[in-house]
Amino acid sequence: MNEKQVKLPNEHDKDVLLNIKDLKKYFPITAGFFKKTVGHIRAVDDISLYVKRGETVGLVGESGCGKTTLGKCIVRLQQPTAGALEYRFGEKFSDMLQLSKKEKFAAHRKIQMVFQDPYSSLNPVKNIFTAFDEPMRVHGMKNPEERKEKIAHLLESVNLPADYMYRYPHEFSGGQRQRICIARALCVDPELVVCDEPVSALDVSIQAQVLNLMKDLQDKLNLTYVFIAHDLSVVEYMSDRIAVMYLGKIMEIAKSKSLYYDARHPYTEALLSAIPIPRIEEKKGRIILEGDVPSPANPPKGCRFHTRCRKCIDICTKEEPKFLPTKDDPEHFVACHLAETVDPSELES
Amino acid sequence: MAETAAVMEQRKPKKSSLAKRNTERFLRNKLAVMGLLIVLFVVVLCLIAPLLTDYDPAKISLSERIQAPSSTHLFGTDKIGRDVFARVLYGGRMSILIGLSGAIGGMILGVIIGSFCGLYGGWLDSFFVKVAELVSSIPQLLLVLVLVAIVGQSMRNLIFVFIFTGWIATFRLVRGRFFSLREESFVEASRAFGISNVSIAFRHILPNCLGPVVVQLTLNTAGFILQEAALSFIGLGVPSSVPTWGNIMDAAKEIMVISNYPWLWVFPGVAIALFVLGVNFFGDGLRDVFDPNQM
Amino acid sequence: MSEQLNENILTLKGLKVQFRVGRRLVKAVNGVDLNVRRGKTLGLVGESGCGKSVTAHAIMRLLPKAGFIPEGEVTYYSNEGTVDILKHNPKGKTLRDLRGRQISMIFQDPLASLNPVYRIGDQIVENIRQHNRVPKEAAMKRTVEMLKQLSIPQAEKRVLDYPHQFSGGMKQRVMIAMGLINDPELLIADEPTTALDVTIQAQILELMQDLQKKLGFTIIIITHNMGIVADMADDIAVMYMGKIVEFGSKREIFLNPAHPYTKALLKSVPVLGSGSNSRLEPIRGNTPDPSEMPEGCTFAPRCDFAMDICKTDPPNFDVGGGHMSRCWLCKGGNGQ
Ligand SMILES: Nc1ncnc2c1ncn2[C@@H]1O[C@H](COP(=O)(O)OP(=O)(O)OP(=O)(O)O)[C@@H](O)[C@H]1O
Ligand SMILES: Nc1ncnc2c1ncn2[C@@H]1O[C@H](COP(=O)(O)OP(=O)(O)OP(=O)(O)O)[C@@H](O)[C@H]1O
Ligand SMILES: [Mg+2]
Ligand SMILES: [Mg+2]
Repeated sequence: MNEKQVKLPNEHDKDVLLNIKDLKKYFPITAGFFKKTVGHIRAVDDISLYVKRGETVGLVGESGCGKTTLGKCIVRLQQPTAGALEYRFGEKFSDMLQLSKKEKFAAHRKIQMVFQDPYSSLNPVKNIFTAFDEPMRVHGMKNPEERKEKIAHLLESVNLPADYMYRYPHEFSGGQRQRICIARALCVDPELVVCDEPVSALDVSIQAQVLNLMKDLQDKLNLTYVFIAHDLSVVEYMSDRIAVMYLGKIMEIAKSKSLYYDARHPYTEALLSAIPIPRIEEKKGRIILEGDVPSPANPPKGCRFHTRCRKCIDICTKEEPKFLPTKDDPEHFVACHLAETVDPSELES
Repeated sequence: MAETAAVMEQRKPKKSSLAKRNTERFLRNKLAVMGLLIVLFVVVLCLIAPLLTDYDPAKISLSERIQAPSSTHLFGTDKIGRDVFARVLYGGRMSILIGLSGAIGGMILGVIIGSFCGLYGGWLDSFFVKVAELVSSIPQLLLVLVLVAIVGQSMRNLIFVFIFTGWIATFRLVRGRFFSLREESFVEASRAFGISNVSIAFRHILPNCLGPVVVQLTLNTAGFILQEAALSFIGLGVPSSVPTWGNIMDAAKEIMVISNYPWLWVFPGVAIALFVLGVNFFGDGLRDVFDPNQM
Repeated sequence: MSEQLNENILTLKGLKVQFRVGRRLVKAVNGVDLNVRRGKTLGLVGESGCGKSVTAHAIMRLLPKAGFIPEGEVTYYSNEGTVDILKHNPKGKTLRDLRGRQISMIFQDPLASLNPVYRIGDQIVENIRQHNRVPKEAAMKRTVEMLKQLSIPQAEKRVLDYPHQFSGGMKQRVMIAMGLINDPELLIADEPTTALDVTIQAQILELMQDLQKKLGFTIIIITHNMGIVADMADDIAVMYMGKIVEFGSKREIFLNPAHPYTKALLKSVPVLGSGSNSRLEPIRGNTPDPSEMPEGCTFAPRCDFAMDICKTDPPNFDVGGGHMSRCWLCKGGNGQ
């Protein structure tokens, strides 16, 4: 069985844009007068994930599982505790955490973020023009006329009239604001955009506008998205691949279709069955998870999900399952003792 | 595309919509508008004092001692024959000058220290928080006594005292705003563009503090004018040679004056009350305008 | 005792609720007609700000000071007699008695509805003793039983905890316990799961359905999630800008929607399992400002089928079998 080795994507794959390796982000918990560190919140705990150019990787999971923290590490709003964030800069593939100061600054141009709350994402005392103009200026667009033209163009590309650029945030509705935020993220021509729950704060009837717009922009500008949401239906609509997170770890990652039709992790199954579907045909049985999500400061030993898992066996409480590709699909990774995964020795290093 | 830009240039509104909205919001508050009018009225009267009266506020005229208000002396004269009307007007200049410069100085100091603490945090921040606690825990009067004892009694020193105590409110406000705004998404968005912390602090966070800071400025001005009056009244404020509202009221220390010559203290008293009331109404109106909950 | 109870437990007729905000008049609820069938679940769906919570608060007569009810009729048919809710003083004995004992409500935000300085158990006991003369011990026993039914582990010990010691899902279960402790006939749940995770949401919804089967109360569930009503409801009322634009059985609404808004709403949300191939169809524009409502049909400015006649307000047309729709397109009767 050993003749066919499973190859993991690495820096030699030309289409891998971002490769996250064993990323950790721990927040210290301090207590007492002297602010002594008494523990850590393991917001992101040993995550490996690659993102290919032009694709959308969805990130789902329940509140507090570390989605936003992972997104912020990717745009380097948070300094990871350990691990590597490799990114392809032209021909070079380098760890963003090891770059020089100047290169780090230039890297901000490549990766941008759209935030959850459109109401606090725009500075209330600055008009739209200023909000766009400053980043473009610091990233070396010297010609003011050119900048203004570009702003007009960007606003038009998110279906807003160009002369809205002199308006202030308070004049816009939530959906309009989120479209402005998307346009602003695009003003430095990024390749990768991390979208942190971009539609969660919007009315249901407005969500579709923004989602469709994001898809259109992706096609037009060949963008790569990391799309974070807690709503699996939204993530499925947007993503090529979906990563399911639980307590700081990725439990399963697969192509959207395989994840929906062929989930291998009990948590993914439960998550899928818990989503209320706005159709009255095709009702699947619901899997109800017992209990609550444990605290990320003190995750359960062994598999993190075992406290709520229906299929828990002895080994789950003792040993942490490895995150490995399944036997039949090298792009379908799962961390579960019960899933049929390749043997670690078969992995090409 | 160049055409679009030209068209847009024409459509660019003269006045920013934010300013327009804030003005509208302010004008809707009748009390605040009244406050502003009162303040302007008093300030203008004080400024054009030479046009309103020919008397020199310091000119002693023993022949005209303690005259009741009349057409020659609108507010009467004091115990050494100085014209009270002239003294209230010229005294207003000084009082407002002291209150305003104390408040402005405190504001500048508070904004600078507050921004640095909010920006860098750490030991710098803890140090100034402790200093602010210390200064605000000493009774104001004791502080003034000590400072007057050290630096002596003069108008400059009184302003200095006000600055020394007045920066704290602004400092706390700015620091607090920095800490809360630092977490806002628009600041994170700027950081995601690689914009430097200093630039974020001064271009993005500070402008958001200015509204509350201006409100604090008005309240401090009013407070300092009252304090100046109180300190001068007990003889610790400005030297009595300089006319201020407080120094004029000084005369009302004697019970005889209070009951028999009310014009000596009623007029400066009314001036203080009117002005402080106006400033407070105005400040309250501004506070509503800048209230983030109404954004 | 053999007197036939009305099939409906609650009927609203032309209910209007308005708010005076400064000089503006916000028409939050604009003539709502609604029949709530006894023992069934009614789903009230609509976008944020359409007036769902205000309707619920008006039924409970728990409106804030600025809010008033200029006209309308709310009738509650209980097994103890019929109550015309709008005729009574909101603070009077009849309504105080009605609230909490016969009609109870679960609010949108579980955090804000529990008092942080009292123990969980005491808060529920207090709620029992307000309406029944029972000794403390008995009330506490009942509380523990209830919490056990709601699958809170170690309920005997947890009743001594304070709210901050409970997770969001557990707090919401406490709210449900509080709502059901007095054995009400009608439970109004205002977005009971919006603040919760999907797996916890599934727990809570399942629980409410189980308890309804056991105890037989009526539920009005308020949500903006079409998926939740598809799971829970028997009847569905779709609300837009303070009006019920469509009402019908769940089957009718999902399989045969008649109002363009309902149709658009169903097409604008992604459905799990349909992947990224089928493109969503967004609804144009934004919801109008409730103090500057458009003339006639309020949905017309965003509607793809708007006609001249939409400038006048459409009445309620019967599409067939109790399926009602406020749209001129349905004028012909059977909707087709
Ligand atoms: N700056 C911080 N300091 C300390 N703890 C933090 C910080 N940011 C996040 N955390 C903690 O890390 C964990 C993960 O948080 P994160 O915001 O990434 O979750 P999330 O998956 O985005 O959740 P949500 O769906 O609620 O947005 C949480 O337990 C949170 O309390
Ligand atoms: N106390 C109040 N004063 C003024 N207007 C109010 C008040 N409460 C509600 N409104 C207005 O009434 C309208 C309906 O509000 P309501 O809370 O019922 O919406 P909802 O459908 O429950 O929305 P959500 O899904 O956001 O809870 C809104 O436009 C709101 O602005
Ligand atoms: Mg998050
Ligand atoms: Mg509501």
